[in-house]
Parts: sequence; structure tokens; C-alpha cells
Amino acid sequence: MISALWVMIGISLLLGAVLGYSSIKFKVEGNPLVEKIDAVLPQTQCGQCGYPGCKPYAEAIAKGETSINKCPPGGEEGIQKLADLLGVEFQPFGEGAAPKGKAVAFIDEQTCIGCTLCIQACPVDAIVGAAKQMHTIIASECTGCELCLPPCPVDCITMQAIGENITNWKWRHPVIIPIKAAA
Amino acid sequence: MLSSPFIAQPSSVSQIMLRVLLALIPGIALYVWYFGPAILVSITLASITALATEAAMLKLRNRPIKPFISDNTALLTAWLLALSIPPLAPWWMVVVGTAFAIAVSKHLYGGLGSNPFNPAMIGYAVLIISFPVHMTHWLTPHALSGVELTFIDQLNYIFNGVLPNNLTLDAITMATALDTMKTQLHLGLSVNDIRDMPIYGRLAGKGSEMVAIGFAIGGLYLLFTRIITWHLPVAYLAALFATSGIFHLVDPQHYVTPLFHWFSGAAMIGAFFILTDPVTSPTTAKGKIIFAVGAGILTYLIRAFGGFPDGMAFATLLMNICVPLIDTYTQPKVFGKKGGGK
Amino acid sequence: MRKLFSFHGGVHPPTHKDESTRSPIAQAPLPSKLVIPLSQHVGNRAVPIVQVGERVLKGQQIGRPEGKLSSAVHASTSGTVTAIDMQLVAHHSGLPDLCVTIIPDGKDEWITHAGMDLKNTPHSELRKQLRNAGVVGLGGAVFPSDQKTDAHHHQIKTLVINGAECEPYITCDDLLMRERAADILHGAEILRELLHAEEVLIGIEDNKPEAVAAMQFAVEQDKHDKMEVLSIPTMYPSGGAKQLIRILTGIEVAAGVRSTEMGVQCFNVATAYCVWRALAHGEPLLSRIVTVTGNVTDAQNFDVLIGTPLDELVALAGSKPDTDRHIMGGPMMGVDLPAGTVGITKATNCIIESSPKLFPPQAPALPCIRCTRCADVCPAELQPQDLYWFAKSNNFGKTQEFHLFDCIECGACAYVCPSNIPLVQYYRYAKSEIHERERDKKAADLARERHEYRQLRIERDKQEKAEKLAQKEREAAAKAAQAAAAAPVATQNDAQQKLIEEAIARAQTQAAVAHPQNTEALTPEQSAEIAAIEARRAKIREMATDAGADDEPHKQ
Repeated sequence: MISALWVMIGISLLLGAVLGYSSIKFKVEGNPLVEKIDAVLPQTQCGQCGYPGCKPYAEAIAKGETSINKCPPGGEEGIQKLADLLGVEFQPFGEGAAPKGKAVAFIDEQTCIGCTLCIQACPVDAIVGAAKQMHTIIASECTGCELCLPPCPVDCITMQAIGENITNWKWRHPVIIPIKAAA
Repeated sequence: MLSSPFIAQPSSVSQIMLRVLLALIPGIALYVWYFGPAILVSITLASITALATEAAMLKLRNRPIKPFISDNTALLTAWLLALSIPPLAPWWMVVVGTAFAIAVSKHLYGGLGSNPFNPAMIGYAVLIISFPVHMTHWLTPHALSGVELTFIDQLNYIFNGVLPNNLTLDAITMATALDTMKTQLHLGLSVNDIRDMPIYGRLAGKGSEMVAIGFAIGGLYLLFTRIITWHLPVAYLAALFATSGIFHLVDPQHYVTPLFHWFSGAAMIGAFFILTDPVTSPTTAKGKIIFAVGAGILTYLIRAFGGFPDGMAFATLLMNICVPLIDTYTQPKVFGKKGGGK
Repeated sequence: MRKLFSFHGGVHPPTHKDESTRSPIAQAPLPSKLVIPLSQHVGNRAVPIVQVGERVLKGQQIGRPEGKLSSAVHASTSGTVTAIDMQLVAHHSGLPDLCVTIIPDGKDEWITHAGMDLKNTPHSELRKQLRNAGVVGLGGAVFPSDQKTDAHHHQIKTLVINGAECEPYITCDDLLMRERAADILHGAEILRELLHAEEVLIGIEDNKPEAVAAMQFAVEQDKHDKMEVLSIPTMYPSGGAKQLIRILTGIEVAAGVRSTEMGVQCFNVATAYCVWRALAHGEPLLSRIVTVTGNVTDAQNFDVLIGTPLDELVALAGSKPDTDRHIMGGPMMGVDLPAGTVGITKATNCIIESSPKLFPPQAPALPCIRCTRCADVCPAELQPQDLYWFAKSNNFGKTQEFHLFDCIECGACAYVCPSNIPLVQYYRYAKSEIHERERDKKAADLARERHEYRQLRIERDKQEKAEKLAQKEREAAAKAAQAAAAAPVATQNDAQQKLIEEAIARAQTQAAVAHPQNTEALTPEQSAEIAAIEARRAKIREMATDAGADDEPHKQ
């Protein structure tokens, strides 16, 4: 009886020591979950999720403050990835939050008055220009977040869809004919 | 716009399966020669059931019927199942077994290409568990029983369960060579005594050994026409030979010879026709060998120590479970990455 | 006799080469117009350097190479540029790309050009000339040759010249070797020199005995040292660079590894020929040999100007009326061309006129039965049935784990598949989906970086502003203090200290005298008043607690 007790105590001490040691040895710095979530998000910084950027949204998801279906630019695949990462159920987009096609902003240079308001709104510094100088968008760096549209006093910014061209063209998923034919 | 390649070898699933069906014919011919035409009745019955079940299931699953029903896989399942149950089995057993094989073990798992278990063996397993007595009434070869049932008599028994007046079921049927061996060993007889019994021939059971040779011939045809690769049959037969050989060497009076195991029961048809079902066997060369060796050892263990007369079906089904695992762990190295270099 | 190696798998499709080898290479006449795409090579598209309406000469550069991996594009004959716009091109997508359209003037007038002094020109100059002459791999991959000859990082032992031409129907390399063997070998010598390679191995499939003989004859006649022409067994895809290197040297070059890292470099015979023309004669890549075969009356090889419209070329071979599509390349890896208007490019080795009779449409696909015939023929030793499964279910991570990118899209798997599954299409689909995700990931990373930098900048600006404000305040405070301290200009510390100490002492004495406590020395009236106030306070406190107790039941 006594000896069994000692054995149990010995084992628990040993295991406790191992656990204590590993908690020090393998200590995780920071909150890697936020980083992981942020890596899945498309970084458009568009604020459609209701947070002022992708990182804040990632932090909110990590804290459990919001749902994972608030990011239209990430598409359904983005939701699926978040669901996989967090081990939660897939949630479809709510009404009015469906993803749009990829687009870039375009400034009509005839109308632009050079007010710099859009430059201040751009989350990724993709607009160049200066006061009373015409502005223009660096298309390759534009994330299509549309944040520059509302501040423009003369409505000279439009979104232009990125069409399919020979460099971004993709092979389609082959369709198996007989199964479709039967349905 | 089409995408390359624009040409294809003229081969199809239905052609491959047709060749396999053809390869079964020597075995079936010898079957008829030694045991009478009853087997043809159950093959026909199973074929009709299989095609009808297949069509019904395709309809239910909203799949096109024509391309799938003409792929001959349902027929192959039917033939293999009919060949693994006694020819005099009542008609409803054949129907139940085949329907179960096609409907449950094939279509409920997703149809052609998606079934994890060999449908014919599932059908067999269902029958032997549900109707064990009927599954032991194997026809005695004409040469032994001295009576030759006419085709009409056989039909009459299969469909109505009625035998000619002067006959009992025991007079025309018997247990298989494997089953008899097991029972008699339990009764304390030695292997040699048992082998002297009239039901045994040179290799194994009289008649059935010749049928096994017929299947082996068909199997060699499949090998030489490259319908199947050597891995599965060779590894299976080698494993069965080695396992039974070891036991036989240790105690020849209680463990029968490897050749007996090769030519009795479902070993030959299993090695060339059942294990080689591509859907339910591994895809890698190494995996095929592991799979077949496992099946060979299990077949022997079930035959020698298990409760069922033959081990082929359960060995196959048990190894079927392992296929995804085997495939995962036997992925071959790809071009340029074999030396462990860059 | 050199020992040859073999690669895993491979198939033997019917070759159909005899149709187009009966007559020699014919010179195609000058077409009515040329449609020359500016992107005919791997890498960046060439930048147009001519204007619409400009007259150009034969051999004049019309597209300047842009960036490291790019190549020049030239006018194939003299004439007038009539358009620089988006036109349909020979591409799987069937989408338009930037092309220069030239209407020939019929004079075929050359720019001044001359060969280079091969012995005394530095290698870097030779490479530059290859780039400016638009020389790219003509076997189909169209990789800029100047990049491939730049192998100074690695010691090259073997130069492999690829004359295998394993795809059915194609015979352009065969005819080129038969008719222009000497020039091919001269080109090979230049390539050997550029790469500092020891030996040259020329691999030709044994279904082309005339080509083998012609090449062997040329080797002996010109006394090429350490150069061997090897007849290799006919087996598709032995003409794949990696497969041919394996056959000739036994070396397996894994995916993602450059063959130069393993001491081998591989060029197509037609590329070697063009290298010779470009360096020894100063001729840019303006034309190539194209096999026109299939559903035609007279299958033949033509020497065709780059940019020649497809329709005009196939008319030369007598395209039959029931032709329903044009295939560029062979039947195993070719491209279904979107229209008859596309121009012949540097990658066009063969045009197969196709009819439903020649290439009957595939039967509908059945499910995979895991028969592994595809794995048996895969030259990359992959498990096509698994890749198919993962690609079909969009499990792209798994496809990469199963080495999707080792797939060379040779089509052998789809060729043998008894279920008629378009396997290659699945792999291409998975590959382009993965590429798109990588592009998106890169864009996201860039956006994140820029966003974070912007946040940082805003934060920094804020801090700077705050600091400036603080600075101003400090300055203001300092000014005020200065103004206050202006009268007694005591700058010395000791004086200040003394002043402070005196002030403290003054304060202490004042405190001692003043008795600041007002509770001492109270009159009796005052004391009574205080007591009365205290009593009232106690009463109120009592009432308050009672009221609180009364409240509680209500709350419940």
C-alpha cells in the first residue's frame, strides 16, 4: 500500500518535472495564431470586415470576437482555409457580402483635381501624386480595396475588372461529360 | 478547344474486363467437365442479377446506364461470385449474394472505382455467414458419386429444391477437399490417411484440382497479355507456399503440403482473378507485394486454424482494408530523386 | 559502342512519319502578311520598337528583349508595319497577345548583317548576339538560348544535342538533319565552346536511319572530335530533355534541378542550326522548318517565315475540306490552335490538320479503376492515378506532395488510360491553380509589407509631430522661464542653491510662527456647534442604512 503510494508520487513528480521543463524549453513566443490567420487573409486592407485592416481582423478572429465569413476578397476558399486552420465549421458569406471579381482602381486623369484625399485613403500606398498634381494608381500594387472611391470629391476613380489575359489564364477543371449529361 | 493528347490507345475498361472473363473460360470448361453444367446455371443467374442490380443502382444514382453497364465489371463480379459458391446452391442464394455484392459493396460505396472491398468476396462472405450449411454442399465429381444428374435434374434442384426420387443430397454432394481435410484432422487422422480417401486426386481434391489448373492457365494468359502484372499472383502463391511449407516441414502428419494448398479451394482463382481486381488492390509495385503476401499468409492461417473451410475471401477482405495505408507508405521515388541527391 | 540507358515507362504510339518525309524541305513562298507575336519565348515579352506605318527590313529588330530572361523578335521580311495590336496567337488559352503585323513588299530586302569572328569574340558578346538574334530553343520549349549557354557556375562535361523527335507525325528535325547536318554540327561546336563542354552526344531515334547516317557522315567528314551520333530506341517520350539525358548519360535530372548542375546541357538540333546561322552569318531567327501533315494531300516540310499565317501555310500542303481543327506540335503534347489566322511562331515545329476521322473524339470518361497502366508508362515515375484523384478534388497540397511538378505533361498516361480520363488536363488545371495561388500569395505579401510600412510611417509621422509640439512647448516654457528669471541674472549654481536654501529656511520659520491648525484653541461655543453637527451626521447615516435595508425586499 505504502510502496504503491510512493510509486505514484514518484511518477507524478517525474511527469511534473518533464512537463515543467518542456513548458520552459518549448515556450511559444507571442501569439502565432494571429500571424497564421493573417497569412491566410488576402491583405487587401479593404476594411469590408469592419476592422481597419487585415491584421486587426485576424486579431479579432483569434480572440473569437468575430466570425470567419467577413472577408469577401478572400473568397469562399479563404473561409475554407480559415475554417481548416481554426478547426471550425465552414460558414457561407452573409447577404450582400459575396466576393466580387478582382479589380484595380483607375483614376480618370482628365477629371482629377489633385486633392490628395485618395492618397491618404490608400492602405498600401499604391497612389502616387502630390497636391494640385494629377494622381495615378500603381496598378501592380493596387489591392482593389475600393477605399479610395468615397473620399474622391469629383468621383474620378473607377474600378476596372481584371480580365483574363494570356499571363493569368488558367486551365479549367475538366468536366466529365457522362455524369453531367445524366443529371 | 481540346487539350492534348489527341490520340489514345484503343483500350477500354470493358475490353480489359472482357479479357478477364475470357480467361475464366478454361476453368469453367473444366468445371463443367468434372461437375456437370449446374455451374453454368448459377453463372447465368448471377450475371442476370448483376446486370439488373447494376442498372437499377445506376438509375437510382442518376448515372448514365449504358457506358457503365457495358463496362463488364458487373459481369466479372457475378462470374467470380458464382464460381466461389456451390453450383447446386439454391437460386435465391445466388440472387441474394450477387445483388448484395453489386448494390451494397459496389454502388453504396460510390460505384465503379470507388469500392474499397472486392464485391464478389463481400457477396461470398455474406452468403457463408448467413447460409453456412448450403455453402458446404459441393457437388461430388461424377467419377466419385457414380451418379450423373441430368441438366434437368440439376435445374430442378436449384429452382425447386427437388431431387430425383432415388437420391439424397448426401449422395451427390460432399464437403470440399479443404473442409474434409480440416474435419478429419480434427478427428485425429493423419494427413496421409486422409489423402488416401477417394475424394483426393494427385494434387488436391479430385476434379477441383483440375479446375484450379484451368484457372491457372487463364491467369497465365492474363499475365502474358499484360492485363495483370506478376506482383500479385506470384507474391500470393509464394507466400501461401512458404507459410504452408514451413508448417508441413515441421509436422507433415498434421500439415498438408504446399501444393495441396495451391490447388485446392480458391487459391488459384484468387491469385489470378480476385486479388488482381485493380480497384481494391494497391497501386504501387511494393504495395502489391505486401498486399499479396499478407493475403497469402492470412489465407493459410484461416485454412489451418480458422473456422471457415477456405480463407481466400476473408484474407482478401482483410487486406482490402489495408490498401490505402499500404499505398501511402509504399510511394516509389520519382525520376531524379532516387539517389537521395538534390 | 557507348552504353545507352533507359527510362521508366514510355509508349509506342503509331509514328505516322513517313507521310511527310517523302519529299525534301520546300521553301514556302512569301505570304500576304506576317503576324509576329512579341512573346514567342519563355520570359518577358519583347518590347515593340517600331511604329505603325514604318518600313522595316528583313532581319530588322521589331521587338527589343526586356529584362534578363527575354529574346528579340525580328521582321521576317521587308515590308510595312500595319498594326501593333492584340491578335490571336498559338497558345492553349486561345486568348490574344501583342503582335506586330507586317505587309511584305515582296523585295525581301535584308538589313546589313555579317557573321562574327567566332575565334576572337568574347563569349559574352556571342551570347549577346544570340539574344539579339532571337535564338530560342526550337524543340518546343522556346527557352532563350543565351541563358542556356551561360553555364559558368557549373562545369559542363556533356553537351547533348537532341535529334530524337519522338512525337508522332513531326519530321522537321529529321529533314533538317538529313539536309543540313554539317551546319547543325557547326552549331554544336559553338555551343560546346560556349559551355566548355568536353563531349557532344547526339541522340536520334532509330526510326530515322537516314538522319543518323547523314549526321554520322557529317561528323566524319568535318572530323569533329569527341562527338558521337547515337541511335536510340524509338520510345515516346525519349525526346524529352530529361529523358534523352538519361538515355545518353545515365544521369537523372530531377524536377527543379538544372541539368547544368549535373554537368549536362541539352539543345535541340534545330537550335544548334540557328545558333550557327546567327553567329557565323549574322542571321536572326526569321524562319524555321515546319512539318505540315495530317489531313492534307501532300504532307511535307516547309521552310516558313516566322509570322506566316497558318491558313496560307496549310494551303501549300493541300488541307482537305473536312479539316476541323489545326494542331500545333504533335498529337501527344500539341496545342489546339484557336484560328487559322494565327502566325507561325518559333515554337511551331509541326502543324497537324485534324479531322474527326484522323483523331476521333474520345469516348466519355469513366471512373478511374486504379489499373496503374498510367503509372507503368509515366516517364517521371509518378503515380498519375493518385495525382488525378487529388487534382480532381482540388486537393492541391497533396498533388504537390505527390510531385505534381515533376510531371512533364507528355500525355503517356492519358494515352493508355482505359477509362479515357483526360489526365493531363487535370494536372495542367492543378498546376495553374497552384501558380495562381502563389501569385495571390506574393501579391498579399507585398500588400502586407506596404500596409505595415504605411502604418509605421503614419505612426512615425505622428510621433514626429508630437515631438515637434513638445519641442515647441518646451521652447515656449523655456522662454517664459527666461523672461521670469531675466531680472536677477543669477546664472551661478551656487547662488541659486543659496537662494533656494534661504527660501526653505524662510518658509520653515514662517510655519513655526503661524500655527496653521484651526482646530486648536476653540471657544466652548465652537465646540458645542461641532458636536451638534456630528450628531446630526450620525442620525442621517443611520437613516440611510435603514432605508437601504427597506429597499432590499423590494428588489427581490
